[in-house]
Amino acid sequence: MSLLFGRLTLADLPHEWFTVGGTATILLGLLGIAALLTYYKRWKWLWQEWFTSTDPKKIGIMYILFAAVMLFRGALDAAMIWAQQAMSVGSNHGYLTPAHFQQIFTAHGDIMVFFVTMGFLSGLLNLLIPLQIGARDLAYPFLNTLAFWLYVAGAIFINLFFVFGGNFAATGWLSLPPLSGLAYSPGVGVDYWIWSLQISGVGSLIAGINFIVTILKMRAPGMTLMKMPLFVWTSLCSMIMVVSIFPILAATLGMLWLDRYFGLHFFTSDFGGNPMMYINLIWMWGHPEVYVLILPSFGIYSEVVATFSQKKLFGYKSLVGGALGITALSFLVWAHHFFTMGAGANVNAFFGIMTGFIALPTGVQIFNWISTMYKGRIIYSQPMHWFFGFLATFTFGGMAGLLMSSPAADYALHNTLFLVAHFHTMIIGGALFGIFAGIVYWFPKFTGFKLDERWGRRAFWFWLVGFFLSFAPLYMLGFLGATRRLDHYDASMGWQGLFIVSAVGITVIGVGALCQVIQIIVSVKNRKQNLDLTGDPWNGRTLEWATSSPPPVYNFAVIPTVQTRDAFWEQKQSKTITKPVYEDIVLPRNTAMGMYVSAFVFLAGFGLVWHITWLIFFGLIGTVVCIVMRALDQNTEYIIPAVEVERMEQVWKKN
Amino acid sequence: MEKELENLALKNFEIEKAEKDHFGFWVYLMTDLLSFAAVFAAFAVLRNNTFGGPSGRELFSLPFVLIETFILLTSSFTCGLAMLAAQDGDKKKVITWFSTTFILGASFLVMEFTEFHKLIVEGNGPQRSGFLTSFFALVGLHGLHIFIGLLWMFIAMVMTQKRGLTIKSKSNLTRLSLFWHFLDIVWIFIFTIVYLMGVM
Repeated sequence: MSLLFGRLTLADLPHEWFTVGGTATILLGLLGIAALLTYYKRWKWLWQEWFTSTDPKKIGIMYILFAAVMLFRGALDAAMIWAQQAMSVGSNHGYLTPAHFQQIFTAHGDIMVFFVTMGFLSGLLNLLIPLQIGARDLAYPFLNTLAFWLYVAGAIFINLFFVFGGNFAATGWLSLPPLSGLAYSPGVGVDYWIWSLQISGVGSLIAGINFIVTILKMRAPGMTLMKMPLFVWTSLCSMIMVVSIFPILAATLGMLWLDRYFGLHFFTSDFGGNPMMYINLIWMWGHPEVYVLILPSFGIYSEVVATFSQKKLFGYKSLVGGALGITALSFLVWAHHFFTMGAGANVNAFFGIMTGFIALPTGVQIFNWISTMYKGRIIYSQPMHWFFGFLATFTFGGMAGLLMSSPAADYALHNTLFLVAHFHTMIIGGALFGIFAGIVYWFPKFTGFKLDERWGRRAFWFWLVGFFLSFAPLYMLGFLGATRRLDHYDASMGWQGLFIVSAVGITVIGVGALCQVIQIIVSVKNRKQNLDLTGDPWNGRTLEWATSSPPPVYNFAVIPTVQTRDAFWEQKQSKTITKPVYEDIVLPRNTAMGMYVSAFVFLAGFGLVWHITWLIFFGLIGTVVCIVMRALDQNTEYIIPAVEVERMEQVWKKN
Repeated sequence: MEKELENLALKNFEIEKAEKDHFGFWVYLMTDLLSFAAVFAAFAVLRNNTFGGPSGRELFSLPFVLIETFILLTSSFTCGLAMLAAQDGDKKKVITWFSTTFILGASFLVMEFTEFHKLIVEGNGPQRSGFLTSFFALVGLHGLHIFIGLLWMFIAMVMTQKRGLTIKSKSNLTRLSLFWHFLDIVWIFIFTIVYLMGVM
């Protein structure tokens, strides 16, 4: 039996309320989707138009939908944490066991970083990078589908413990050893954690290489680096960080896995291992990672502010310099996550000062956006709402970060809720608000209609108020000494009131999220009134608005020639219309190979979690065979003849 | 006429693709270098943590590792010769030199395996101490890369034999040779930092 199933036994199948509930939800969800697909006869459509597509516009939309589902999952975890903390006082121990509570905050952190924020960003980059640089595709269409499906496989992994095993890692989102070592976490939870992050991390790495090559090699003629839209710049910086840090993550996770699988001694506390090394390595990945999340959002704000102030972006060069400065500094600050480790005063001083320095390029960005608005004719549209929300929230959170950059202050605040409040301010108020702004801003480009304005504003206000309601109390609690990851506290601490306010805050955020769902439903229903036939609903400045909404599969019938920044704006001003000369267009064929490779990687990962040797080899060999088959495939492109391109363009222009 | 135009579009596409592939592969190599760097860092931290077990001085045989090194360096040289032949469009020579490279690479791997086997049999396996853990992981990671390189080389040779030296296959061989030289450079560092500094 153990030869066939490894360590997997019947006892590992769901039997607790949350595993049974989770499994049932997953199964019912899948059954429901399958039923709908069968009823509307959409299986073939889903497979041909979406799953096997190599079109970055479609992959981008799949990323965003998937990330939205994961946002729901991560938010559910958050709600459970808040509920527990609001009630678990004194003699009342709440409704969660400590072990269960630990698994929830671990899963919450990993899901929100790896599968929500990274997912949304990958989606937006897929949608926009080719369009903004005047290209027809990414450099490696196959690697793009592969990266997407690896991301999906990783996301399945983080939820799979509901069905097999019943335990996730109870170690915090970065699983620091020795706690995450075999001695203290013997179950499969940490193994699920390792392979979920490893698989999706490799996907991110592949995507990073893909975007860098796309941006550096496939820009439209005339678009020099200093003429690129700001979103392309910040994405480039973000991807440079991705390719610099994800190899470190892969190596670190690999070492932790070796420790756990073969009983090696990288990070054990005996036999000459060194747990501190893991903490250094993981934060060498972890700190730049938060800038990976925030920088593309900075790009989105730059686009939004320029468009809705109807002005050229103020200080383009300093914005680019700021993004590059953040990129460079991000590699020099990792140790500020553990000033309390005892590396010594000089080490702490260095990292403290470097951390303070990051405020400079970030401040430059803020002032540039404000200066862009100065004397502009500002249109208070939904994306601008998110931008203003960001400006207030992010500056506030940044100040808190600056405070903690001082090692002396950090000793008091380390691992308190003050820190939790700080990074949530940065990631929700910075990255997530930017993602929302981006989705609202570019929604018409990819669907052909705008999102409803009224429900969007309601969503924004609920989010903003809810955000401060839930996180302002955490700053206070942090000062009062409440540590993070607390499943129970004494009534005499006097914290409960603030925890309850905080829990009310998340309900308000929940109402905001509900408004967003309603917004989409209402917008789809009323799409006839909000149609965008011009392809340029906001009077935009960059090249993506030069195409129809949604853009044709080849993006640009004729690759544009760029003379200035804000290429499309200048094009509109000059009003010269040259008769286009169409040419044959080479595009990648659809391929299911990305899915197959991910499926085999997934099987190998499952074997590794449960010590099923045959499955590991089956998965690995399958992976290699699929990759070789793809590499030898000679029939990977197709051609749209010039005549057909002309016909498709005529149809759009007639409307 | 239409057929020719199609070919032109495709041909341009292939030439551009080869150029992108080279650049992208360089980026990939740099990422791989960083994962090696992380494991190197781990080795640097753990190299003195022998936990009462043997240190490098007692375990390593420099002459043995020197032979390994020469084999790998020679394989890089023959790989270079194969690429020169590819530039000349001499298919037969390409296969000959890559076969030589393959044999040298495989011999290197066999020697490495022998060394690992000997250590494990003597009770000095990777579980023995932090030092041996990081030694096995670092050298093993390099060995794994060599193994992948050999697999790639084998398939590339078969395909060159079958399809000839097209734009696509030449681009593929170029990337393979980059990969091979890259592993050679990493090995120089392993030889110096792990073995030489371990024994000195």
